[in-house]
Amino acid sequence: MAVALAPHRLTRRAVLKGGALTFGFAFAGLPTHGLADEALAAPRSVNPNEVDSFLSVNGDGTVTLFCGKVDLGQGLRIAMRQIAGEELGISVDMINYVEGDTALTPDQGRTSGSNGIQRGGMQIRQAAATARQALVELAAQRLNTKADDLVASDGEVRPKSGGAGVRFADLIGGRSFNLKLNSKAPLKDPVTYTLVGKPLPRPDLPAKCTGSLTYIHDFSLPGMVHARVIRPPAIGATLISVDESSIKHLAGASAVRIKDFLAVIAEDEWTAVRAARALRAQWSEWSGLPAQDKLIETIRANPATTEEVLVTRGQPGTGSPSRAMTRAASYFWPMQSHGSIGPSCAVADIDSDKAIVWTASQGTHGNRKTFARFLGLPEEKVRLVYLDGSGCYGMNGHEDAAADAAILSRAVGRPVRVQWSREDELGWDPKGPPQLLDISGAVDPSGRILQWHTEMWLPQTTRGLPDVPLLAPAAAGLDNVRGLQPGLISQNADPPYAVDSVQVLVHWLEDAPLRPAPLRSPGKPANCFAVESFTDELAFAARLDPIEFRLRSLADPRGIAVIKRLAALMNWQSRPSPGSNKDAAIMRGRGMAYVHYKHNETYVATGMEVAVERTSGRIRVERVACTHDCGQIINPDGVRAQVEGGIVQTLSRVLMEEVKFDRSRVTSLDWSTYPILRFSDAPKLDIALVDRPTEPPLGAGDASCAPVGAALANAVFDATGARLRTVPFTPERVKSALGGV
Amino acid sequence: MASYRLRINGGERTIELSDPDQPLLYALRGLGLTAAKFGCGLGQCGVCNVLLDGRATRSCLETIASAAGKSIVTLEGLGSISAPHPVQAAFIKEQVPQCGYCTSGMIISAVALLAEKPKPTEEDIREALEGNLCRCGTHVRIIRAVMAASGQGG
Repeated sequence: MAVALAPHRLTRRAVLKGGALTFGFAFAGLPTHGLADEALAAPRSVNPNEVDSFLSVNGDGTVTLFCGKVDLGQGLRIAMRQIAGEELGISVDMINYVEGDTALTPDQGRTSGSNGIQRGGMQIRQAAATARQALVELAAQRLNTKADDLVASDGEVRPKSGGAGVRFADLIGGRSFNLKLNSKAPLKDPVTYTLVGKPLPRPDLPAKCTGSLTYIHDFSLPGMVHARVIRPPAIGATLISVDESSIKHLAGASAVRIKDFLAVIAEDEWTAVRAARALRAQWSEWSGLPAQDKLIETIRANPATTEEVLVTRGQPGTGSPSRAMTRAASYFWPMQSHGSIGPSCAVADIDSDKAIVWTASQGTHGNRKTFARFLGLPEEKVRLVYLDGSGCYGMNGHEDAAADAAILSRAVGRPVRVQWSREDELGWDPKGPPQLLDISGAVDPSGRILQWHTEMWLPQTTRGLPDVPLLAPAAAGLDNVRGLQPGLISQNADPPYAVDSVQVLVHWLEDAPLRPAPLRSPGKPANCFAVESFTDELAFAARLDPIEFRLRSLADPRGIAVIKRLAALMNWQSRPSPGSNKDAAIMRGRGMAYVHYKHNETYVATGMEVAVERTSGRIRVERVACTHDCGQIINPDGVRAQVEGGIVQTLSRVLMEEVKFDRSRVTSLDWSTYPILRFSDAPKLDIALVDRPTEPPLGAGDASCAPVGAALANAVFDATGARLRTVPFTPERVKSALGGV
Repeated sequence: MASYRLRINGGERTIELSDPDQPLLYALRGLGLTAAKFGCGLGQCGVCNVLLDGRATRSCLETIASAAGKSIVTLEGLGSISAPHPVQAAFIKEQVPQCGYCTSGMIISAVALLAEKPKPTEEDIREALEGNLCRCGTHVRIIRAVMAASGQGG
């Protein structure tokens, strides 16, 4: 199955046309616009302050939306259309969509931190509102009437009193607005919304369900070769020698070595796989990882730390110290993988003076600088184009695979596709870091929280580091950033409740056992696990029902509302934990946890009903209930899907996930050693969304992850009287905890 | 080089291979049938599933030599956007996929289940799909879609 070799420079134009069909995703039946071709000829504005960067009105009456945020499966492709269509006055099926292409879309920042809608969407709302104001003014001139008497709707501007209107296309079709985003452009009154707030279907799903969507894994270029990168058997090993004769029996396969960066390339993919297996290479020894069974002690003893008080508030309480009940506990969350179902993949076409990289990266724009740096090219000569990948929840191996492909394409002078193996992905994707939290506190018998102290150990984000450092440039000795970028992992380490005195102290670690990166809801699942578990420990000390205990100390009305709604959803029986069946063979219980995400975003209350088998130590989560308030909801089904996914994925992390390693490398390299949740463990879900149309929209991708660990731990405590403080809650850990009851 | 005749989605394709142990998955993707995805190459995740004589089969482990002569159906062969298979239609209606990388394997496994058990229970569905991994957490929607495709919706 040799690929006929075409001189690929000649085919670049055809290729980009093909690319435009895939990323310039359009509804069926609408024309495509050859956008990529036009952009190469005359780059369009991508300045995020310009209306033209975000949208254009085409001569055929359609609108094209240019979005710097990308759709990872979270539904931005419909939500952004709803936002723009609502403000402009045009239906969503008249809106074409281009996303995540550095040459075509404005830099709206990385698609991360649940900010797709709450930041990116609001830029698009403002751009569309500015455009509508301009269209109405143009129509007022054309119709010789007052702008106030006109309304934009169904792709035209027409008199409010009725009568003929003017189509957007006739007002400005094919021409530029030449306007800055106007922060004062009037927004539609939410009461009049016809698109925002509706569960419109996601437009990419028919293609995803019929195999016609082009994922990065499916993308190919004429003349492209297939590559596999050979990572060292130990993380810090250097390459001593390569025996190229070991693959000479494989026709067309060859090895590429750049310092410690080693790869094989072949004309077809299977030959590349065989070559990667067959290639003999000698690496140096390295064993610089800590012992896994001493990880917590190693973290505590790490001398390379900086201490910082993150939160300090209140005064020691006036309650009688003799009535104070003090508690202290330690919680641990292990390193975890993104666990993407498809190992990372990328395609790159690099020549001496420019680079195009097709990638499923969540941050094409931000990575432009990174790629320009290690390729030694000016930033404007580097273009990254987003294509769908296998789900990624922060930063998996997508960027690394893209760097692999770029370095190899430059080395061999042809387009290169790099596909990681399962072992590559679980072994080398950047990991969610380990998190250790010690909490102490005091409560009085009335449930008043007198004192709270959180002390935690976290890898410190290196100041000024633009991105997570990539593997290939480092191995190849190219210019690469150095440092740690685990994301904003220190938030929500203090309770959301009234406490007489609170302090949060962090020990910032200058190193991490494995390369860290943001992993969905960065840091918050662990912090909320500790804070909300400890909250229940205080409730237990005060012999109060966990919900009653929280409501006594919570002032925020939206927080109170989600907790009360959860209680109703679960038919919550008010009583202290644990319940009365803790001696049964199958022990049942319920528990809950609450988060106000980052203390200023989405409100979530999550409850669980569990059954714990005494003999096996197995936890069965029978039902998860969740109430979720992310302000104005753009697309309720999209939010619901995100909440469902956040709960189920985090449940997997809490029940079974922990990266295993020896002194040299990660050893949990497949789905049997790094198991994730399967259908037999998928719980029933009851989700209630609170819509607040007049409030700003907040994120929905992360917040529901945060309370999962504590809700489960609290439910297990309610069922058994045993407290789980270390993730994952494996049957062995459960049995051990039960033994201690 | 040896020549293999494959019956794929109702048509005949002949491919030339030097390695009879090449997994079916690579041959299918090389032919442009990219719905079946590479996930692990170990038979652990199900994203590469295709129907082989009606049975859901890991195409990352099945060799070309053993697939030759059998009926191979991929997601593309089940239906299209304009004429989806009932299971595809149910997945779209229930708005199942997020990233969608596991979707092809899920639908293939569900189709194989329904051919054997037209009215499965929820437990049957969980059991039939136990070998298919989803990372986005769409399990509940998948179960709902398969129930709906079997006429047991609501």
